[in-house]
Amino acid sequence: MAYPYVSDHEVRVLSKHFGDPSHRRIGTYVERGGYGAVKKAFEMGPAQVIDEVKGSGLRGRGGAGFPTGVKWSFMPKDSGKPHYLLCNADESEPGTFKDRELIRWNPHQLIEGCLIGAYAIGAKHAYIYCRGEFFEANSILARAVEDAYEQGYAGKDILGSGNDIEITVHQGAGAYICGEETGLMNSLEGRRGQPRVKPPFPAAVGAFGMPSTINNVETLAAVKHIVDNGGDWYRQFGTEKSPGTKLFCVSGHVNKPGNYELPLGFPLIKLIEEVCGGIRDGNALKAVIPGGSSVPIINAEESSRCNLDYEGCEEVGTMLGCASVIVMDDKTDIVKQVRRMVDFYAHESCGQCTPCREGSSWTAQILKRIEYGRGTEEDLNTLMEMTQQMVGTTICVLSDSVAAPVQSSIEKFREDYLSLIRRDEKVGAA
Amino acid sequence: MADMVNVTIDGNEVSVPKGTTVLEAAKTIGTEVPHYCYHPGMSSPAMCRLCLVEVEGAPKPMPGCVTTVMEGQVIHTQSDQALKNRRGVLEFYLVNHPLDCPICDMSGECNLQDYVHAEGREQGRGIEPKRVFGRDDFGGDVLFYGDRCVMCTRCVRFMSEVEQDHRLTVVERGNRSVIDTFFEEGLEGTHWHGNIVDICPVGALVSKDFLHKARAWDLAHTPSICDCSQGCNISLHTRDNLVQRIKPRENLDVNAWWLSDLCRMDYEWMNRGDRIEAPLDRSKGGSKVLGWKEALESILRATERSEGSVKAVASARASNEDLAAFKRLVKGLGGGEIVYRSPRIEKDIPLKGFPQLAVRRDRAPNTTGANIMGMIRVGDDSATGGLEDIAGHDGIVLVLGDALEDQPNTFGANAKLYVYVGQHESAATTSAHFVLPTTTKAEGEGTFTNYEGRVQRFWRALDPPGMARPAWLVLGALAAELGCGEVVRSAADSFAIMGVDAFAGITYADIGDRGTVINEIVLVTGV
Repeated sequence: MAYPYVSDHEVRVLSKHFGDPSHRRIGTYVERGGYGAVKKAFEMGPAQVIDEVKGSGLRGRGGAGFPTGVKWSFMPKDSGKPHYLLCNADESEPGTFKDRELIRWNPHQLIEGCLIGAYAIGAKHAYIYCRGEFFEANSILARAVEDAYEQGYAGKDILGSGNDIEITVHQGAGAYICGEETGLMNSLEGRRGQPRVKPPFPAAVGAFGMPSTINNVETLAAVKHIVDNGGDWYRQFGTEKSPGTKLFCVSGHVNKPGNYELPLGFPLIKLIEEVCGGIRDGNALKAVIPGGSSVPIINAEESSRCNLDYEGCEEVGTMLGCASVIVMDDKTDIVKQVRRMVDFYAHESCGQCTPCREGSSWTAQILKRIEYGRGTEEDLNTLMEMTQQMVGTTICVLSDSVAAPVQSSIEKFREDYLSLIRRDEKVGAA
Repeated sequence: MADMVNVTIDGNEVSVPKGTTVLEAAKTIGTEVPHYCYHPGMSSPAMCRLCLVEVEGAPKPMPGCVTTVMEGQVIHTQSDQALKNRRGVLEFYLVNHPLDCPICDMSGECNLQDYVHAEGREQGRGIEPKRVFGRDDFGGDVLFYGDRCVMCTRCVRFMSEVEQDHRLTVVERGNRSVIDTFFEEGLEGTHWHGNIVDICPVGALVSKDFLHKARAWDLAHTPSICDCSQGCNISLHTRDNLVQRIKPRENLDVNAWWLSDLCRMDYEWMNRGDRIEAPLDRSKGGSKVLGWKEALESILRATERSEGSVKAVASARASNEDLAAFKRLVKGLGGGEIVYRSPRIEKDIPLKGFPQLAVRRDRAPNTTGANIMGMIRVGDDSATGGLEDIAGHDGIVLVLGDALEDQPNTFGANAKLYVYVGQHESAATTSAHFVLPTTTKAEGEGTFTNYEGRVQRFWRALDPPGMARPAWLVLGALAAELGCGEVVRSAADSFAIMGVDAFAGITYADIGDRGTVINEIVLVTGV
């Protein structure tokens, strides 16, 4: 047993050195073959790097699952403007804790990924936007960047190749919405952290008004290994449409919560039962949120036939998101759980779009009323109809994130709501 | 044209220039898509989400304010999806917007009222308590009712993009977001902040000056022209025969949608009660009220008796028609130079985001008109002094529109004939042999010529007090009797017979409510 829990089912590529503090040191990292991928990428040339990543089938690990190589190829070829690579390390989705670990245990892996990514898209500057509350991760990352500069792996004329790539670590100030790609850009530029209207898309007008690409920490970390070992090697893990390994952040009522790196397509029930050692106290499974709090909740039956890849989750009506599996046993008060999540979104809504600004807090108010036994059945209809108005009507998808757990929980756990609502009637009758 | 795009909006095929937004394209078929955050004079953040329209082929409803039309697009602004969305968004607005319409100044001209009435739910579903911000004094003329705010951020964008003085911002996030000023600075000292009250779609930003003064539906609106040489297009909002407030009137050639605070607050003079209400004859001592016919005949008889040269004072606040009639009268009496005085401020105060608009240095609406007619500016920048040789003149003294507030009561005491034509009396009018009451710009029709030579019309908003008549009518009749010009019965005819080259060939119909540039711009800067 090492880093909190490990499992034999794991395929540890990105998380290989989790739990080993010595790996943070640049010396150890280079000794173990670090920064080899950068050299290799410089020899391959940007187009080849993009092709290799395209070939690997790597999909964005931030939640949307967009193919990374394709995203990179959107960058203009001869814009004459500076390009920027942004690394989204503002990991704020409730239930997610993979990026923090990737930075804490293996900061150079990320830096190397950033260098490759920046090189591939023709950027001379990479920004790592790190969540404000990650104090330890921030200081580790800052130290690692300093070391990389000192050893000539970043800055001017990297490894004598003539390539200049600056790396800046930017510490956020603690807003969920700054993890949205355009909100992050605004925040980075010193504006209010509010998502921008798209189009224009970041590849045309991104950070500082220049063509930019934004990638998740895990995506860029995986890029290092793809360049090292080739796209075909990466494809041996996972499924046809969702290749590769993925860090699963399992939290909730399991015996061994934690980060587990598994090939995509891993069955959810196997993850809970075998990898995480089953549900606490031998309780029955009630519900799972497989991709972080903003995806639809699924019940035990759906969980039993859910495979953890982008397509498998869609089949049972939810999303893989950033693979933050929140497991709930049969002692869980679903209404309270959903209310708690909606409270979070109401608090974190940036306040631009009306449906989100007003809808999220209204939803939270109604849920609170139901939770305290003062709801009515009509409230459920109102919630369903009102949250429908919050889907696809706003600039970013934060309001969709409010709608997903509310709608799915009312559909699948209506009895939980009704028992709270009926309690009120019983009290009244007595 | 190559740069036109053909689209179908609600079944109507329209052709609009490339780059036109859906919202503007819909206007061409007379459809106003409801919106809050969009304002044609500022950037569009697309955040109110009210103008979402259905575009065939698009996966989601598109915001009409930032979506530019593309060839062959089929757009529905009134489809089920669009209406459902608007209904939903309007309900969201009412989650926290107080229903205090009965005590809200915006009531009656409020977009939220109108939209909800037209497309909203019949019955609200919100029973939750609303969040409360209370009121805040933003400084200047602006009071902020935070509870009513719909967070369109037009005011923030006006201050940062148009006035370019960052005085407002949004603080906090989510539904705790609220507009605020920076520390104690507020809007004090800015020159255009009144516009944020105009562009606020609800009653969140209200004018302190207008607070609880009148209900919007009781106000009559009359197009008019503002009182500085910029010639901003304004609307006089009147009730009980008083001007209650001034609002800007859209004219992209002059002031677009904006109006300075200085001009906005300059209306009380139109409501003064101490007006001259009847023609007065003081030539035989005392003060005798005359009928108009009698008064004009008496003045004509007096001119026959009076000898000596004519000296005349006009006003740059008088209309082109008034000044032309005055000039004809002076000519009929044997000529003589006409002077005028006008106030000036230190320098132009331009609106940075729309620099062709400024609070002009010249604080009178018709200095250009006076200059074109050869009148000469005298006196200082406070519109005082400069009349020394007229005050003691022993011939004929004529005054039009200048109340002579700074002059002593001996003004015109030596004159053989002193006729004062104006709205108010002052110490300097006591020696006048005849006093004739005339109307202000709010009480009659006419035209002003602005600093760039644009001649613009104003209309009658108030009833004149007592027997007050437009100066062009009274002075024109006198001049006609003296053989200069003819008798006219309307401001339009009066304009037509002015006989000033710069205005030749222009008619009231040409000017319309947008104005027109005069033939030959004769800009004489005066003293």
